[in-house]
Amino acid sequence: MNSDSGVEISSLHIVRGENVVIPDLSASIRRGQVTGLLGPSGCGKTTLMRAIVGVQKVAGGTVRVLGEPAGSVGLRRRVGYVTQAPSVYADLTVAENLEFFSAVLGVDRTAAARALATVGLESAEDRVVDRLSGGQRSRVSLAVALLGEPELLVLDEPTVGLDPVLRRQLWATFAELARAGATIIVSSHVMDEAERCDRLLLMREGRLIADDTPEALLAATRTADIESAFLSLVEAEVSS
Amino acid sequence: MNPSITLAVARRVLLQLRRDHRSVALLLLVPCVLLVLLWWMFNGDSATFDTLGPPLLAMFPFIVMFLVTSVTTLRERSSGTLERLLSMPMAKLDLLLGYALAFGVAALLQALLAVGLTVGILGLDVAGPLWALALIAVADAVLGTTLGLFVSAFAETEFQAVQFMPAIVFPQILLCGLFVPRAALPDVLHGVSDVLPLSYAVDSMQSLQSSVGLSADFWRDLVVIAAFVAAAVALGAATLRRRTA
Repeated sequence: MNSDSGVEISSLHIVRGENVVIPDLSASIRRGQVTGLLGPSGCGKTTLMRAIVGVQKVAGGTVRVLGEPAGSVGLRRRVGYVTQAPSVYADLTVAENLEFFSAVLGVDRTAAARALATVGLESAEDRVVDRLSGGQRSRVSLAVALLGEPELLVLDEPTVGLDPVLRRQLWATFAELARAGATIIVSSHVMDEAERCDRLLLMREGRLIADDTPEALLAATRTADIESAFLSLVEAEVSS
Repeated sequence: MNPSITLAVARRVLLQLRRDHRSVALLLLVPCVLLVLLWWMFNGDSATFDTLGPPLLAMFPFIVMFLVTSVTTLRERSSGTLERLLSMPMAKLDLLLGYALAFGVAALLQALLAVGLTVGILGLDVAGPLWALALIAVADAVLGTTLGLFVSAFAETEFQAVQFMPAIVFPQILLCGLFVPRAALPDVLHGVSDVLPLSYAVDSMQSLQSSVGLSADFWRDLVVIAAFVAAAVALGAATLRRRTA
């Protein structure tokens, strides 16, 4: 297997209830890069991310993560996952949340302080999560995912509801983590965030319609922004 | 399994509980208030109070813990924290035992208060040792906790979780021997009551009531309750899925 491949997906087939959410998807996501997963809401981004983390029931195909089958025991320490809704305890303080998850992951106290600094929440440490704003809550959830310094970080719409300054800071953080060697997958339905990614996967109705760098994508579609590129790809597909 | 993770879960659940003052008050005081009510109903008729008191001491912790646990665990399932925990290096048993431990501690407090009140102040007369009374009460609470954990897997909302109480708990109350001695039940119902855990809780309380020493029946009943607890934990673990649709 390709050594710089962080995630290797082949012929993935996912059915939820009556619906085929992902008919047949293959892709390779590189290590040490920020890969953006873009597409309209309902296109299967979350389902694909869940399959990569290994919490999604899969009907066919394989997903290998950091050289192991997705969801295997050895990966539980190496993969961090942030769901769209913040998965932290609303009735505990920020510090109590981090302390609990640190104990589960078996990391020391300094990890919590580092994670808190990364998401810029040091001043809210002793506040109960319930009393925080939506953006702050999702940052607590992100801090929990950073605790174990995972090699693969899967982030489902982490910048929704954040102010522009904070969004820029978080994207800078993602780039920094990637430079340090982490593989990062970020989903978004906001196309203008795409330009901050090293590589883009564009999704529509459970299929990949593009897998390229932002620059190459713009060049190939002769467009000036990713949203136009997406539209031009969809139109090309519909007319063919 | 990892004891430090189990303890971390227990500590976290207690921390959440402690922050919820109203729930703590309801948890600890409601059984006491109900026992006072019972004592008052049979004003002066200490023989009836002596008969009904011990079975109710077995029942209250069971019911309260069943409710509290099924709702709390459901909240963990729906908030996404359960999925997050299961994607981390944590054994399912760590989670279940952590919960059982935390609510076991809460149950111990509740049982000590209830037993202290009924025996110390309301004058409940029991032949067997008091610690055995408290032991059964705690075992029942843990039983309620583990059944609540199991049942929460079948509820999608907190509203449904609460409805499981009359469905799972009320038949046990009716058949446990409190209203009609189990031996006097129709054969079919007697057979059913034989496989319901609360029957053994009430049996053991009744054996404490009548005999001074701890009879073999008392220990047998306790072992049966422990077996139900273990079965509920195992079933509860089976309902926790790392991969979901």
